[in-house]
Amino acid sequence: MPKELLDKKDIDRILARMAHEILEKNKVIKELCLVGIQSGGVHLAKRLAGKIKEIEGMEIPVGSLDIAFYRDDLNIRKEQPQVRKTDVPCEITDMKVVLVDDVLFTGRSIRAALDALMDMGRPSCIQLAVLIDRGHRELPIKADFAGKNIPTAIDENVEVSLEEEGLEDKVTIE
Amino acid sequence: MKLSSKDLLGIKELTKDEITLILNTASGFKDVLKRDIKKVPALRGKTAVNIFFEPSTRTRTSFELAEKRLSLDVLNLSVTTSSVVKGESLIDTALNVQALGADFMVIRHSSSGAPHLISKHIDATVINGGDGINEHPTQALLDAFTIKEKTGRIEGLKIAIVGDILHSRVAKSNIYLLTKFGAEVRLIGPPTLVPKEIEGLGVRIFNDMDSGLDAVNAVMVLRIQVERQGKGFFPSTLEYSKNWGLTSERLSMADKDVIVMHPGPMNRGLEVASDVADGPRSVILEQVTNGLAVRMAVMYLLAGVRE
Repeated sequence: MPKELLDKKDIDRILARMAHEILEKNKVIKELCLVGIQSGGVHLAKRLAGKIKEIEGMEIPVGSLDIAFYRDDLNIRKEQPQVRKTDVPCEITDMKVVLVDDVLFTGRSIRAALDALMDMGRPSCIQLAVLIDRGHRELPIKADFAGKNIPTAIDENVEVSLEEEGLEDKVTIE
Repeated sequence: MKLSSKDLLGIKELTKDEITLILNTASGFKDVLKRDIKKVPALRGKTAVNIFFEPSTRTRTSFELAEKRLSLDVLNLSVTTSSVVKGESLIDTALNVQALGADFMVIRHSSSGAPHLISKHIDATVINGGDGINEHPTQALLDAFTIKEKTGRIEGLKIAIVGDILHSRVAKSNIYLLTKFGAEVRLIGPPTLVPKEIEGLGVRIFNDMDSGLDAVNAVMVLRIQVERQGKGFFPSTLEYSKNWGLTSERLSMADKDVIVMHPGPMNRGLEVASDVADGPRSVILEQVTNGLAVRMAVMYLLAGVRE
């Protein structure tokens, strides 16, 4: 039986806090751009942008990034990862890019996302925002903004489900 | 979802779902091709060998660029410089290329079935780059991608293929693909080049342009193979052009949003008038661009099939 870690209200409060933290660290909003990793990260990036608009009254660009072509496990997977849309609406060169993902685990997706971003331009900096940090990093990568740190066993499965995908907002562990 | 075979030999062997997977994946690659850095590391460390036993510029350069943009290492063998002229057999050539460490072999051959034969003898992925009068699967896939991009669908469209159907692998692959997706396929050309038996594939035959083009959503013009002149298939290129050349006047019979396609190389003024080829309904150069994205998608997906 999956155990519920966060509900809709928790997620909303965490995202509101993260939006404040992002603004606190990045005072010049017009240089800011959020890029979500497909698919969960994209929904969260849009929500964060919504929160930022509520706080500052300014729209910031939100992009989506597919990392399929940059993964390091293409040679060992049983099938190729599905290719989803990459759509970053602004020139990222000289922008402060906040990369957004749902769960930070081994760090390998983030490594792939960093390479993908670098092929699109030269941001002035890249920061990482994740809803859940569950540990077990295999690469030297850390989140600048973590919604919640959750200690897990390596064989446990953390699932973030979101309304945008037709599900109920919650985070579960199994 | 993944492809069921490690090889791409023909459209005939693919399911509708597999074709849809390839076309959707190609959209992702088309985004990559719009960027400043048009290369992705997806197939880094793997090797592709393009073996062309028949002259080709467009298909070979398209495959080569697609391979380079996937970070593959690329070798090109052309028949004039290979040991084939010294008498080496097709299978020996393939086995030697495999021994060099090829992961992909793209084969173009004048004999129908050559890639199929090679695929039985080697473990590397074989991609048919056009075999005799049989199939040219990546051309049909890029055509389908272009039609879908322009019209949003394939099902229910009326699509005319004009010209030398008998000798055209492009036409065969397109017929297989378009009928799988429920398009109405019309073949237009002289009876000598549009065999009656082909109706068995679920297509309609027209011998005159005006009725064939009536209300069509897309026209694929095939290259008239000038080397066939004087072999009894049609009296002269001039007469061919008079009866079956696509002019803007004839094109007015088609749907107002019709798209004009040609796999290249074109004989301007022969099978297609210059003002049509360069006109607002033409998507001929977009086909070339889409060919890159589709070939990248095919190789990316085939690399994920492990048997």
